[in-house]
Amino acid sequence: MSHEIERNKIERAYRYMLTARILDERLAQLYRGGNVYGGVFLGKGQEALSVSVGMSMSKGDVFAPLIRDGAGRLAFGETILDALRNCLGSPLGPMRSRDGNVHRGKPREGYIPMISHLGATISVVNGALMAKRMKGERGRIGAACIGDGATSTGAFHEALNQAAIEKLPLLLVVANNQYAYSTPTTAQFACDQLSSKAQGYGVAAHDVDGTDLEACMTTVEKAAAAARNGDGPQLIVAELLRLCGHGEHDDAQYVTREIKNSEVGRDCMERAKEILITHYDYSDKELEEWATLTMEEINQAIRQVQSEGGPDPFTHSWKALATRELCEPLGSSLL
Amino acid sequence: MSITYLEAIREAQAYLLKNDPSVYIYGQDVGDFGGAFKATKNLAKEFPGRVIDAPISEDAMVGSAVGAAIEGMRPIIEVQFADFSTVGFNQVVNQAATLFWRTEVPCPLTLRLPSGGTSGGGPFHSQCLESIYARFPGLIVCTPATVEDAYSMLIESVMLNDPVIFCEHKYLYFHLKADSLPQEALPIGKARIAREGRDMTIVTYSAMVHECLEAATELSQDGSEVEVVDLRTVKPIDTDTVIASVARTGRLLCVAEEWPWGGVNAEVISRVVAEGFNLLDAPPQRINAKDTPIPYHPKLWSVHRPTAQSIVAAAKNLLRN
Repeated sequence: MSHEIERNKIERAYRYMLTARILDERLAQLYRGGNVYGGVFLGKGQEALSVSVGMSMSKGDVFAPLIRDGAGRLAFGETILDALRNCLGSPLGPMRSRDGNVHRGKPREGYIPMISHLGATISVVNGALMAKRMKGERGRIGAACIGDGATSTGAFHEALNQAAIEKLPLLLVVANNQYAYSTPTTAQFACDQLSSKAQGYGVAAHDVDGTDLEACMTTVEKAAAAARNGDGPQLIVAELLRLCGHGEHDDAQYVTREIKNSEVGRDCMERAKEILITHYDYSDKELEEWATLTMEEINQAIRQVQSEGGPDPFTHSWKALATRELCEPLGSSLL
Repeated sequence: MSITYLEAIREAQAYLLKNDPSVYIYGQDVGDFGGAFKATKNLAKEFPGRVIDAPISEDAMVGSAVGAAIEGMRPIIEVQFADFSTVGFNQVVNQAATLFWRTEVPCPLTLRLPSGGTSGGGPFHSQCLESIYARFPGLIVCTPATVEDAYSMLIESVMLNDPVIFCEHKYLYFHLKADSLPQEALPIGKARIAREGRDMTIVTYSAMVHECLEAATELSQDGSEVEVVDLRTVKPIDTDTVIASVARTGRLLCVAEEWPWGGVNAEVISRVVAEGFNLLDAPPQRINAKDTPIPYHPKLWSVHRPTAQSIVAAAKNLLRN
């Protein structure tokens, strides 16, 4: 690896990763303290891949992140405040307390909120790209992020095939983090490499070491450029390890010692830190300062969000349709 | 000039494509072939690039429509048979139906479902799935019974800022005809009195409207005047029109081609009993298809779904009460 990424670019990438990692750690603490409704789902170990995807996109592109894409979301423009508001249930958050944690987005800004049904947002990105083509918007791309588990779904198959037929500028980014909840890859697929699926659909494939920030940035950028250039869908498969449970309720005892100690089990944050110091002339002290500043910024945001309170069920608008007059008047008479 | 129910659907789509650049059609065989039923005949030629053939991937078809709707388009998805929409069910009920609630970004898309039984259709080309979709918040479900409604309700569906499940009935495609396309129409959400009467109310929708009208004609020969309410839209249900009719007649029979468990009939009866119990002179009744998959052979099919004959029999029982 020649270390040729622009210095300020790799710094930005690292700082998004750092922010995502610290946000995760603080959310885990809040969860253990009983201060979070529902679950907490972390992206530990996937920050290098995620940030590379977020940074390869710009305004006008479409981004459908998944559970472990905190870093990519920040790189795509999400604020710390919005991330926290959604995770802590603030009515000022992007989903206004109606959906929580990783289910968040701003569709009008090309930021698609995930549903829990895996693989289901790939075709949503396809449709947005078809629409952009019909509207004559050129040079736009879309990225959908999934894990190894979602490659087993019918939605994955249908959507990748659809993207291939329509030659859409889609990045389909697979974080092969070795486990779908507790299910190892041996129970998920039987091909040698997930990327070999690309050939069956007639799309380009890219394999990358998901623990290596430089490799992730280079590979995703190359794939994004190809998609932007009209070369059709690009399947990116990154090998990495989920360095946490499925959610914070899961102690992940099923993750084997062998895999933790293998190359795939390396922490992309630690590796990125080393790269910045060794090859990009940053000092330990600088990196420490960033961490301190980020922690302060996040703690300040947590205080603000906690002061915002929760939604008011009595003044809440209980309308599931944009056409309000066509809403059924039925339902709980308590409200 | 006369125009069929199916031609009205084609004409509505032509009108929409012509008048709104954000409308496009996506579905299997809809392009040059013109659709399995020819509901998009010649549209691909008239509107290049806007009538797009899809692979056999209902999940991806609907998912992509959600993405396009977010981008400001108004997609029409033609599912070849309503029965196949179950493959795209997840995208409809979890993606399309929840988008506005979750994000306040509207999701204007129309899912055209060629629904209901025809002779020889069998278990997988005959289903009526309106109630399954109606159960989910965030969806509007239309069930036009006339050529005029097929036309005007499809145009209105596509222009609404919400996902609409448009259940068009295949049995009506070819033999239901009107003299011309309508100049004005009742809006979605309003029921229609298809026939006035003072002795009993039949609430129905879609192809069953015509079976009920035939039954009403027969019953009138015995001196019973039956009022037939065509719901037109099953989500939302126009409860006011139903209750006003029951207030006039005191008797309620609900008729639907869909399966009996739950569903539109159960919902209508539940509302009338809850909100208008004292208006009833007799227990409300309902007729549905039998609770089996839909049979292939015409002899079996002819008694599987409600018909004018079975409706007359049920109505006579109810009138005796």
